Parts: sequence; C-alpha cells; structure tokens
Amino acid sequence: MTTQASGDALVSLNGVNKHYGQLHVLKDINLQVRKGEVVVVIGPSGSGKSTLCRTINRLETIDTGEISIDGKRLPEEGKHLAELRADVGMVFQSFNLFAHKTILENVTLGPIKVKGVNKAEADKEAMKLLERVGVGHQAPKLPAQLSGGQQQRVAIARALAMKPKVMLFDEPTSALDPEMINEVLDVMIQLAKEGMTMIVVTHEMGFARKAADRVVFMADGQIVEDAEPEEFFTNPQSSRAKDFLSKLLTH
Amino acid sequence: MDVIIENLPLYWDGLLRTLFLSAVSGIIALFVGTLLAAARVSPVAALRGFSTVYVEVLRNTPLTIAFFFAAVVLPRLGVRFEQFEVAAIIALSAYTAAFVAEAVRSGVNSVPLGQAEAARSIGMKFGQVLTLIILPQALRTVIPPLINILIALVKNSSVAGAFFVLELFGYGRQMANANGDQVMAVLLGVAFFYLLLTVPLGILASTVERKVAIAR
Repeated sequence: MTTQASGDALVSLNGVNKHYGQLHVLKDINLQVRKGEVVVVIGPSGSGKSTLCRTINRLETIDTGEISIDGKRLPEEGKHLAELRADVGMVFQSFNLFAHKTILENVTLGPIKVKGVNKAEADKEAMKLLERVGVGHQAPKLPAQLSGGQQQRVAIARALAMKPKVMLFDEPTSALDPEMINEVLDVMIQLAKEGMTMIVVTHEMGFARKAADRVVFMADGQIVEDAEPEEFFTNPQSSRAKDFLSKLLTH
Repeated sequence: MDVIIENLPLYWDGLLRTLFLSAVSGIIALFVGTLLAAARVSPVAALRGFSTVYVEVLRNTPLTIAFFFAAVVLPRLGVRFEQFEVAAIIALSAYTAAFVAEAVRSGVNSVPLGQAEAARSIGMKFGQVLTLIILPQALRTVIPPLINILIALVKNSSVAGAFFVLELFGYGRQMANANGDQVMAVLLGVAFFYLLLTVPLGILASTVERKVAIAR
C-alpha cells in the first residue's frame, strides 16, 4: 500500500483517472483531506466534480489510481466495500430518501440493518438527529409529504445516523427552491463547526466562504486550484478560475 | 339452461379444482418469478444469463409445450407423479414464472437508481438493497400487471383439462359429451364460472392499484 504520501489524510485520492468511453472525466486527481477539514469542490458543469465525489464511496468506479479512507484502500466489490461505505456518509442532489419508508425508518434502517443496533436504541438516536436538523415532528410521515428542504435535512440525518468518518455532499442544494437552500446550508455549517470532515460539491459560494477550510476548483476533469477560500475568491491564480468567478459575480 | 342447474355440483367441483390449480401454481410462480427477476439484476453474469434464457424460452413458446414436457417428457426422464395435477402445476408455474419475472423486472427498473445508490451509500449489501429497498417498491408498482398475469393463469389452467386433469374446463368437456344437444348451454356455464374467478381478480387489481401507489 502506498499511503506514505497521504500522511494523516482521512480521505486520500492518488493518481485517480476515469473515462466515460472516449471522455476523460477525471485526469490524474490527487486530493488529500485531513480529519475535520471541510473541502468545497466547485467548478463549471461537466468539470467532473460530482463524479469525483461519487468515486470516494465507489458509486463510480475508477480506471487507475487509488482511493483510501482512513488509511484503508477502497475495496473493489462485496462485503468490505459495503463496510467501508458505512463509514462514508453521502447526501445526494435528489435526496433519495427511501420512498416507501417513514422519515424515522429512513434514518433507523442503516443502524438497524447494517450495524445491528436494536430498534429502541436506533429510534432514540434517530429522533435526536431529526430534532437536530429540525424535522423531529415529521418522523411518522412519508418522504413525499415533506418539502425538498426538509427531505434533504432528513437525508443528512440518515447519513449521520451511521456515525460516518466523512460526509460527502453532491450538490445538496441544487434541486431546492431558493427559500429552502438556507435551511439546508445552516445544518451543514453547524456540522462543519462541530468538526465533521466534509467534502462538498456545490455552487453555493456563500457556503464556501463561510464554512470551507479549502476550496478545490475543477475544470475539464482536473484540479486546477486548491486554496483557502479567501485566497481563492480574491486572488485566483488560473485563467479558468478567474473566468469562472467573473461569470458568477456578474449575475 | 336446465343442464347447468342439473350439473351445478360438477361445475362447483370444477371451479374449486381450477381455483386450487391456479392458486398453487400462482404462488409458486410469484416466488420463482421474483427469484428469476432478482437473478436478472444480480451482479453475477451466470445468474443473469440463466434467467434471461429461461424467461425468453418459456415466454415465447406455447403453454401446451410446457404441459407436454411436464406430462410426457419429465416422466421419461425418471420424474414420475402419482397424479397429472402435479404435472399441470409444474407446467403452469414454470410458464407463469417467466411472465412474473418480466413484470417484476420492469418494476425493479421503475425504481429510481438513486434509491439503490442511497441504500448502498449507507453500507447495505446487494441482498439488503434488493429486499429492503428495491423489491418492496417494485412489487407495489407491479401488483396490477401481476394480477393480470394471475387472471391469464386462471384461464391457462384450462389447458390442464386437455391433459386429463379434471378442472372446470375438463368437466365442461365431459358434460358437453354427455349432453350433446345442449353444448352451447354447457359452455356458457363454463364461461360463467371462469368469470366468477377472473372478474373479482380484476376488481382487486384496480382497488389495490389505488391503495398501494407510492407517492414520490
């Protein structure tokens, strides 16, 4: 195992490449995320940032390179992959709450079925998490009865219920109405303050400024810049990043 | 019409036998068909291949061939039954399972991919993703087509009558032979008793469809 370069990295990507047919979507990606760090990945659509996020729990396979979580290399398939995924929370753009389960069951299913926690314990933990994200009173409802913002907060609670080492957010607010974006971002900012390790793909520059320790800018499948937020937003180095930021500011 | 009244006990017995054949074959077919559908979406290529070949062969050949195999070929291969009913149940369930598998597979495909991704992302294994997340949602959407398959099964069970199994249609043939002057009435009676089974199933289908639909 070649992890000497990763040092104390919790999430480590080394020389990761991925193709969709002819399209080279991830080009030699190297990224280390330390424990407690909040890394925001931004970039134009099609830059590979969502794909990058999804490779970290192997919802997308990679062609070459190596990804490790907490020093353990991501297994290819099977039981060990499932075990590792339990340590990596994921929040999706489209929430993906289990449509046939109640809000409470959505949160307890993982702890009960994957970790073998007993139901009473899981229910108690889940209620705490649901209260924490502000949807405790919705527990007996079905996902479709909740607003998008509420569903996404439940999705965050569902991921947290597994007590993950790192949380991945794949454009968590892109499917939300503007007035619901903040209620989700507030939960995420709170989470960041509590020291959760987070990798967040987003278009919310406000979140990046407020909560990120580092901003990673991607374009055409490559990491073009990797800097502190203040540095990145005020003094971008590459022309791609300058171009991207200028388009954001004019709107 | 007297012939129907006179033969009511025979009709009734035939109805029960048809119901028995259909119920037993239906339960087996639902079970085997769901397994076949699971095999069809599994990560194991051999299982996918087997399921595909099975479904395509059974679905695209006449039911009579399945009956012929079960009643004539299987015994020659050393599988012997005390009663022809067993052969009929084997043929009907094997044939119907192929249709069930296709319906369940289409249901599985109707469940958004994100459901499986979310399940995998909290650490569920393939079997858990399938049984806890995908199938419960898939089966709800396929209940109406499944009931249609069961209606077809009830009607298909009449083929057993041609293979010396006494059921509704088999009795109908006997009665028609015995009452050559009233064949029309006898057959109308047979049709009526089939409707007695299939129409409620159809009503059940539309009721269930409204009840179990999942809001997204």
